[in-house]
Amino acid sequence: MNNFTYQKVSNPNDALNKISKNNAANFIAGGTNLIDLWKYNLAHPKTLVDINGLNDYKAIKEDDHGGLFLGALATNSDTAYHKLVEERYPLLSKAILAGASAQIRNSASNGGNLLQRTRCYYFYDASSPCNKRNPGSGCPAKNGLNRIHAILGTSEDCIAVFPSDMCIALAALEAVVHVKSPDGEREIEFSNFHRLPGDTPELDNNLKENELITGISLPSEGFAENYSYLKLRDRNSYAFALVSVATGMVLENNKITKIRIALGGIAHKPWRVVAAEEFLVDKSPTEENFASAANMILKGAKGFGKNDFKIELSKRAIVRNCIMALDPESQRPGAQPSL
Amino acid sequence: MHDKNSSNTANFSSNSNATKVQLHINKTTLHLHVMPWVSLLDAIRDHGKLTGTKKGCDHGQCGACTVICDGKRILSCLTLAVMKDGSEITTIEGIANGEVLHPLQTAFIEHDAFQCGYCTPGQICSAIAMLEEGKADTRDEVKEQMSGNLCRCGANTNIIDAIMEFKDKRNE
Repeated sequence: MNNFTYQKVSNPNDALNKISKNNAANFIAGGTNLIDLWKYNLAHPKTLVDINGLNDYKAIKEDDHGGLFLGALATNSDTAYHKLVEERYPLLSKAILAGASAQIRNSASNGGNLLQRTRCYYFYDASSPCNKRNPGSGCPAKNGLNRIHAILGTSEDCIAVFPSDMCIALAALEAVVHVKSPDGEREIEFSNFHRLPGDTPELDNNLKENELITGISLPSEGFAENYSYLKLRDRNSYAFALVSVATGMVLENNKITKIRIALGGIAHKPWRVVAAEEFLVDKSPTEENFASAANMILKGAKGFGKNDFKIELSKRAIVRNCIMALDPESQRPGAQPSL
Repeated sequence: MHDKNSSNTANFSSNSNATKVQLHINKTTLHLHVMPWVSLLDAIRDHGKLTGTKKGCDHGQCGACTVICDGKRILSCLTLAVMKDGSEITTIEGIANGEVLHPLQTAFIEHDAFQCGYCTPGQICSAIAMLEEGKADTRDEVKEQMSGNLCRCGANTNIIDAIMEFKDKRNE
């Protein structure tokens, strides 16, 4: 662990100035991932810029387009339990509460959730080669312990997965990420925020070094009637997903008019296949139709030995989750799903 | 390189990079001079001399270091002391009323809710804050909400029993 200096900021421009003038400076909000990475000698900040004083980015409020704006510095708990999120975007609430523990959700920020690093064992072991941590050093996961690793969107250089639950729901909701830099502000569609590893696995996302996430906006459609988040893992709580699925659906006369399906735990970014969602439009919400969509979503999936099981597991998880979305009550803790 | 195991005690000595931090722990104000990289956990234990809060994994995986900070349960190992300047913190030492145990502490004894006891301070702080949050009603919900506190001895069933009894009595 290296030593670092620490500064608090209370306005965004001050925060951006401090980062753009110092390559080894990092923003810190909740710190639940960054402090851990630093303790493992994986992150080496020279300066931490504490942005918890940027009060403008803590609010959760309705926007002018019928949607909801989630401040980047609102905590995961405050977001999941916010009245408007629970009422209008219960899929997001469920997904956030499926992640981490209550203690971590109380500290962790929304912006930080988007930026959390992979939990690949080799990435987390500073003595191991890892193309994400040390480009060009190799990827031991491909032929190693890869039970938790990716089956879609992998590259020769990296088979790590992005570990968030919250972001899988944000992908299904087609959220937009708002960022600010000394050059101005811009908006990034959620599907373009995270990226596939390709030959630059050191980059998890498309945020630039001098940019600060200010918030996340949700569109007006929140799938409040028919939604489900299913997370499959080695223990029932407080573990990362092997496979997770977020489904939001709109039904009319027992036909699907709109559906979004996003998968977590299986790729370097939240995974959606638009063609599979389009296939389901105007169809009945049956196991058979969801199974056909699942095959489309998993098209091209490839295991690396110990994670081969994820291909079939993902397909079954998609079908089960879409059926559960027909009866969101089936998701309460201790409930027995109908399948 | 800063050695984790030598802990941060040495870094409390006055140094030009040290930052002044005030922590209001269990209704007593502590004035600290800490280096920026000192965790809230190390500040509480090493400087505050309150060793009831335990260091289990030091990586946010076990919950042993849970304290209540400004009304919220958090992991003190994944928080820097400098980030909590001015905060109100309750540790296990602040739970009892003098010599009179908190009813949840009594329930832990009655239900044999520990073996080695190392996770217990975190379990109790976590459970008290959880009941204040009011998001858990059924036993299944309490288990889910307490999943951030691991007990490696296997007393989980009794821990949940103790919490449920306290919760039910509190609601009577």
